[in-house]
Amino acid sequence: MSELLDKIEYCIERGKVDKVSPYPPDLRGQDGSDELTKIALESGMNPADILESCNKGMLKIGEKFSRNEVFVPELLMAAKAMKAVMAHLKPYFQTGSVKAKGKFVIGTVAGDLHDIGKNLVSMVAEGSGWEVHDLGVDVKPVKFLDTIKNNPDCIVGLSALLTTTMENMAKTVQEIKKQYPGIRILVGGAPLTKDAAEKMGADGYAHDPQSAVEFLAKFNKAS
Amino acid sequence: MKSIVKALKEKKILVSDGAWGTFLHKSGLEPGECPELWNITNREKVLNVAQSYIDAGADLILTNSFGGSPQKLKHYELAERTYELNKAAAEISREAAGDDKFVLGSVGPTGVMLMMGEVSEDELLEGFRVQIKGLCDGGIDAVCIETMSDLSEAVLAIKAAKEIPGLEVICTFTFEQTMSGDYKTMMGIAPEEMTAAIIRAGADIIGANCGNGFDQMVEIVSKIRNTDGNIPILVHANAGKPVYADGITIFPETPEEMSPKISKLIDAGANIIGGCCGTTPGHIKAIVKEVSRYR
Repeated sequence: MSELLDKIEYCIERGKVDKVSPYPPDLRGQDGSDELTKIALESGMNPADILESCNKGMLKIGEKFSRNEVFVPELLMAAKAMKAVMAHLKPYFQTGSVKAKGKFVIGTVAGDLHDIGKNLVSMVAEGSGWEVHDLGVDVKPVKFLDTIKNNPDCIVGLSALLTTTMENMAKTVQEIKKQYPGIRILVGGAPLTKDAAEKMGADGYAHDPQSAVEFLAKFNKAS
Repeated sequence: MKSIVKALKEKKILVSDGAWGTFLHKSGLEPGECPELWNITNREKVLNVAQSYIDAGADLILTNSFGGSPQKLKHYELAERTYELNKAAAEISREAAGDDKFVLGSVGPTGVMLMMGEVSEDELLEGFRVQIKGLCDGGIDAVCIETMSDLSEAVLAIKAAKEIPGLEVICTFTFEQTMSGDYKTMMGIAPEEMTAAIIRAGADIIGANCGNGFDQMVEIVSKIRNTDGNIPILVHANAGKPVYADGITIFPETPEEMSPKISKLIDAGANIIGGCCGTTPGHIKAIVKEVSRYR
């Protein structure tokens, strides 16, 4: 039984989505996370255990990405493999037999249309067991405030690529903190540094998806 | 269309221009506004950027068309104006450059990923065709496909450019230093791998842009030069890594700090040198001064 879970974990780490997927080349023709999850559920395995295996696989690929051993394509494929699992697990989230670690609201700040970094963090967070609300790009402060109003227990992630929109990021942090001082805010993006994040008043700075998940882990509600 | 490759044979080293994006923001472009729309709505301000670099002594200037692909313009509901906005961009830079100086049509990444199925190869190719046609009709000498990280996207852009007879193609990638000290694009492409693939695709001039300042560019250029001994290399380096302080972002490397690094870049094998984010006409003046010693 646990062999199946190990296989699922490996498919996430390697980005093996399904049998027809040509990626990665050395796993061509083998079952992917899609088929294996289906088999696991049909054989009566606990969906929470399946999710945990996925989280482990995601952690491994996230750490490799942090160490620059793999790059954006490998992480994207892992996220794709994760999505296939989540499609099967969705009903169990709805009934409450599987619980997310918490809510993570993420968006690229006003004036900035870049979404690759934000998407990576969003996908890795979801793959690590968080309920992610992705608000997209060019997100005005008011949209963050509205979302927080409806999800008062969320953690907020802000992304920016342009140096010019880092100023909008700082404003967004300030507006959120003014209305909701208890909301934790994580910031990230190419022009940012830990120092800049602190000056803005953010609670955390993530230089890559894995460090974003490490920040989130401090507020894990499922454990 | 004039040949930059030919001009390099005579002059050895050419000087390109500095930043456009950060310059336009200083001129009043708000975050969230479409920079390429300024080619129509704020023509004088865009012309001022182009003119500043010509006045600083640049041999080549770019165009305000970095985000001029239909995929990028779509965010502003301007995709159907791709041809018009790119043509206007080229006309503005040509007005500043006159007949003697070179105009490079800037083509940046589309921001959509082939491998995730967000866009098809045909759509990307067709988009590049429209953008490059606009730039050509506006009077560019060469196209400059820049800030690339994905080989397949860059190869499609080169393919679209090569369909136009006589158009020289420049292609530059953006590299970051990894923990092991190597350089890779965010898609995992090393300078050596890029060099081989991009020359094979038909690029006439290759190189690197953006990144973390002039120091790292010296190392990147060496790697490209070691892979190919002949291909002309273009560098557009950032003025250091951005620093955030007191609500504003600055690029810290001053023209004075940058100057001594220019000869190192040339020794490493660079043939065309200019700036990217945060560089100003002051940086270009300083590069012109350094380069004059090699002519």
